[in-house]
Amino acid sequence: MKWFLGHLPQIGSLLLNHAVLALIPLVVGLLLAIPLGWLARRYRLLYTPLIAGTGLLYTIPSLALFILMPLILGTGILDPLNVVVALTIYTVALLVRTVADGLGSVPDEVLQAATAMGIGRVRRFFGVELPLAVPVISAGLRVAAVSNVSIVSVAALLGIPQLGSLFTDGFARDFVDPIVVGIIACMVLAFALDLSILGASRALTPWLRTSRPAVGRAA
Amino acid sequence: MNLLWDWLSDPANWDGPYGIPVRVVEHLGYSAVTLVLAALIGIPLGLWIGHTGRGRVLVVNLVNGMRSVPTLGLLFVAVLVVGPLLGGDIAFLVPSIFVLVVLAVPPILAGAYAGVEGVDPGARDAARGMGMRPAEVLVRVEVPCAMPLIFSGLRSAALQVVATATLAASVSLGGLGRFLIDGQAYRDYGQMAGGALLVAALAMLVDLVFAGVQRLVVSPGLSPVRATRRDRRRQPTGVLDAAVAHQT
Amino acid sequence: MISFTDVTKVYPGGTTAVGGLSLVAPTGKITVLVGPSGCGKTTSLRMINRMIEPTSGTIEIDGRDTATLDPNELRRGIGYVIQSGGLFPHRTILDNVATVPLLLGWSRTRSRQVAAELLERVGLAPELGKRYPNQLSGGQQQRVGVARALAADPPVMLMDEPFSAVDPVVREQLQDEFLRLQAELGKTIVFVTHDIDEAIKLGDQVAVLRVGGVLVQLASPAKLLADPHDDFVADFLGRDRGYRGLAFAAAPELPLRDEPVVLLGSPVADGARIAAGDRWVLVVDEARSPLGWAEPEVLTGVIDRHHLHRGGTVARLGGSLRAALDAALSSPSRRGVLVDDDGSLVGTVRAQDVLAAIERRPEGAPA
Repeated sequence: MKWFLGHLPQIGSLLLNHAVLALIPLVVGLLLAIPLGWLARRYRLLYTPLIAGTGLLYTIPSLALFILMPLILGTGILDPLNVVVALTIYTVALLVRTVADGLGSVPDEVLQAATAMGIGRVRRFFGVELPLAVPVISAGLRVAAVSNVSIVSVAALLGIPQLGSLFTDGFARDFVDPIVVGIIACMVLAFALDLSILGASRALTPWLRTSRPAVGRAA
Repeated sequence: MNLLWDWLSDPANWDGPYGIPVRVVEHLGYSAVTLVLAALIGIPLGLWIGHTGRGRVLVVNLVNGMRSVPTLGLLFVAVLVVGPLLGGDIAFLVPSIFVLVVLAVPPILAGAYAGVEGVDPGARDAARGMGMRPAEVLVRVEVPCAMPLIFSGLRSAALQVVATATLAASVSLGGLGRFLIDGQAYRDYGQMAGGALLVAALAMLVDLVFAGVQRLVVSPGLSPVRATRRDRRRQPTGVLDAAVAHQT
Repeated sequence: MISFTDVTKVYPGGTTAVGGLSLVAPTGKITVLVGPSGCGKTTSLRMINRMIEPTSGTIEIDGRDTATLDPNELRRGIGYVIQSGGLFPHRTILDNVATVPLLLGWSRTRSRQVAAELLERVGLAPELGKRYPNQLSGGQQQRVGVARALAADPPVMLMDEPFSAVDPVVREQLQDEFLRLQAELGKTIVFVTHDIDEAIKLGDQVAVLRVGGVLVQLASPAKLLADPHDDFVADFLGRDRGYRGLAFAAAPELPLRDEPVVLLGSPVADGARIAAGDRWVLVVDEARSPLGWAEPEVLTGVIDRHHLHRGGTVARLGGSLRAALDAALSSPSRRGVLVDDDGSLVGTVRAQDVLAAIERRPEGAPA
């Protein structure tokens, strides 16, 4: 506790770094996963290779992927971009399947009704399919957000500053306090991200809030 | 790229007590021990929870909660706190395996639990109605039907363990992670990248082996390819999603 | 024989699912439990094999109190078929059917052999035995469910809405085959359904239950239609009770008329000559099986299959009054076609003659 209070500014700046490194891949990954998921859904032949391919990327352990990034990006080993790109890959890998399944969960009747009313394909996607897939997509996004926060800390082994640096510092000095503070800060950040996504998803799907038909209550 | 190739093609790196083959064996050793321990805990517990329906909330919260714990931090704390109590070589090994097991149990538990819970209630009812005893219902119907999800839980756990075992090198254990950590220390990027490539290959290989075994063990009647669209939609997803997310 | 004596089931929370039920399901007969949802019919059924334990009262099978038996032994001796089929997805069809024999300790070879015979018996091709449940249609799955329940040749069968999850055409097929099978096997069957038409079609006796598991009426289908105990039963039975009741009344000697016939493929002119001024003429095949009615004056050439009017139903001689009346009512010539057991024409009958036969029955007699 004493250590925590004495190092507030340092912890704050590490937390900010951590949040940025976790958030950027989340946003970029979502933006990439939506069109890819749509493709996987729209063209059945693409489904298996896309899902299997992204699944394969997902099997690469994070530390290994961070280290391999400079070979592909031409960056230095200490460049935070390595972390951002690697996490974006994980996020896309997780979300392509989620988006495809989420779009698949939209009932056929609804799509046919939309088409029958003369709604065009693009409009149907943004006006009907995507909103209805929000609950499934947001569930995947929450998983991605929480695991991103955990994975970012691994980059401390390479010397990229964020909350994970508290782990390496503490371990090097045989001092548990910073490590515990770092763990708690990571969990708080993960929890906050999780809640924000949940909140956003609820706000985007007002029709799900009326979970019971009003009739029974009114009587 | 040249550095990477040089390191991988140097015969010296493939030989001796610190060579690549030894590290691979170490890595697989940690992973196998962990996985066996985690399966011994997670599968019976998951089957029991799925069979009795008790403790569902526990599983969901455990799986979600564990995912937010940063692995590296947990590993360091375990070594710093538990290590001094043990001393010697096992001061690093025991806490590391302990952390690996702690991480591997939730996905295995969730898979076994979701698998049993997802068994068609009609099949369970019919099994009971034919006069199967509770243990027979579990062994002859519930477990075989739960196999696909038990396996996806094991597969997630295996990936997680192979990945996390890499980090174990940072607390002075062996395994392929050594190359990553030592390369970093000696500013030898070739060694780092070579080790990373080997870790990635090993992870993919392990995943492939599990996929192959799954094909052999799971009844073709349960394969989703043959299932109708409606059946596939009925598959439980909530906890399964959790079981699938496994990265560290 | 299965007998319920004052059986009650009260669930924790106080809901009475079954209230003081007493009834007997006779050996070799089909007893149907029917009623709206919440009437305790499924609960009553599941108390027989002790999937649910009664709160009070006794259930006996052939004089043995089921409460004194080991529940698993009891269940192995009772066939059990449920609505969703409840097939084991991880086992082949053949192994699904062989489940109970294997549980009873029969050898694998013998169990599989019995299973293969049963598949054939319920109308499934032997090669389906190698498939898995998810490769079969709903109707096929239900047949497998029935075969599986029959595998150890249990004297008693419990069937919980076995045909309600399939479409109407398949359902009717399954019902017909079920009756044919029962005619061969003579099992003691308790059958639960919410569909009163199914109850009337399949039951030797029908027990109508009301919400709370109260038995309102236990009677043969004919008696039920002719004499419902109260408004509840009458409403539940629905419309056309008089007409539907005729299905259970064997037609007495009906005044048959000889019907002039023409062979399929004959020139239309022959048809016109035989019809002798009548608008319609009955067309038969070589075996004198009626094929349909033709209208010679609008045809040319030879009488062909696609010329035939197929609206008329065909009644079997010695069948029910309903079938005879329907044959007359549905025939374009207003003459109902009657055939013998081999399907050959024996004559025709007019609606007024069937009605006269109905009128002649003693008053109040249902059958």
